[in-house]
Amino acid sequence: MLAALEDGWADPAKLYSQARRARQLLDAARAAAAEVLRVRPDELSFTPSGTAAAHAAVLGGLAGRRRAGSTLVHSAIEHSAVLHAAQRHVTAGGTTTSVPVDRAGRLDLDAWSAAVAAPGVALAALISASHEVGTLQPVAEAARACDAAGVPLYVDAAQSVGRVPVPEGWSVLSASAHKWGGPPGVGILVVRKGTRWESPYPADDREAGRVPGVPNLPAIVAAVAALRAATAEAEAEAARLAPLVERIRTVVPATVPDVEVVGDPVDRLPHLVTFSCLYVDGEALLHALDRRGFAVSSGSSCTSSTLRPSHVLEAMGVLSHGNIRISLHRDSTEAEVERFLAELPGIVAALRAEAGVVGL
Amino acid sequence: MRTESVGTPPDEVVDCLGQRCPLPVIAAARRLVALPVGAVLRVLADDPAAAVDIPAWCRMRGQELVATSTVDGSPAYDIRRVH
Repeated sequence: MLAALEDGWADPAKLYSQARRARQLLDAARAAAAEVLRVRPDELSFTPSGTAAAHAAVLGGLAGRRRAGSTLVHSAIEHSAVLHAAQRHVTAGGTTTSVPVDRAGRLDLDAWSAAVAAPGVALAALISASHEVGTLQPVAEAARACDAAGVPLYVDAAQSVGRVPVPEGWSVLSASAHKWGGPPGVGILVVRKGTRWESPYPADDREAGRVPGVPNLPAIVAAVAALRAATAEAEAEAARLAPLVERIRTVVPATVPDVEVVGDPVDRLPHLVTFSCLYVDGEALLHALDRRGFAVSSGSSCTSSTLRPSHVLEAMGVLSHGNIRISLHRDSTEAEVERFLAELPGIVAALRAEAGVVGL
Repeated sequence: MRTESVGTPPDEVVDCLGQRCPLPVIAAARRLVALPVGAVLRVLADDPAAAVDIPAWCRMRGQELVATSTVDGSPAYDIRRVH
């Protein structure tokens, strides 16, 4: 890490001594990240963010297969980074097929299989687990359907890498360092050997021609150190956090009336839990929790810049207002969860009393 | 009133145009309990969240969403009081 700060200013593509040391550090980081992800080092590139990796995965995957067709198949619950890249593809004359999910937020595999088998599909994109409700997606089954149809599968694994294993069978993968506890400004793009992928950027020979610009070496070294640490303790962390998530899923509907806990109860990320409180304004609830020291997110429309409800909650057909998403991390304690559970009923009751909706 | 969907006219209409969720859902809940069982309430709501939340509310409360349509250019949700 200190070595990376020392030589991190140097351009790994140049030939002077500091640059060669920078190259060695970059190569070592790449090899370590590749080992964690069980891929070849030359298949892995570092990007300036997880978002940039997702954009490159989608647009590069489509560009590399333009002779096969111009349709992008994706689940209805992809991250906005993927959907925005898909929108760019549509603007450029391409088409997309959005595959629905069930009420638990799990991909409809029959619809997926039919969609990827249709003529003219260039690429299929599936998130490894819902970033909003935590439901794990049937990646292995979806990959088999893609394989049968001869369509490469891109998996957005930002939610899973460093936490839970990512099933095999994909051709392109992206991940984001700040999601596994690393610094912001580092993403990972993996393109498996034999995959038709073409850089969507103007020509640049960095990162095997996949990502333009000089890589941020100190941040990359820190990100890979964090990835190794997160992966090493992932199983123990999951075993610690899953019961806390289960406790929230059980206690909240028992102590707060008219709450819908969303997402699959079993096949889920170990650290994420989401619920919606009927008749409650999501923004008011978020601020009330913030005042008590709870930093949570919301998929309610009133908390979004677009004033639209979360497309994930919409696709699932579950209540979008009064929505709260809790993401537990390595510093989250059982005591904090208990304090949250103790305070939430009073907070929701007060907001409902204020709105005059008690007993409705 | 012009409706683009064919169906039974509602027994009552509640206008929530311009209101943000959860207000249209709250208004629907208040008005429906004031109607007899079997009656149909039409909720006019143009907040995009209502398209998600009104059907979700019907499911959670066991009421029937009879139809969604467009009335004078605005989304309309017809709910039958089942119980």
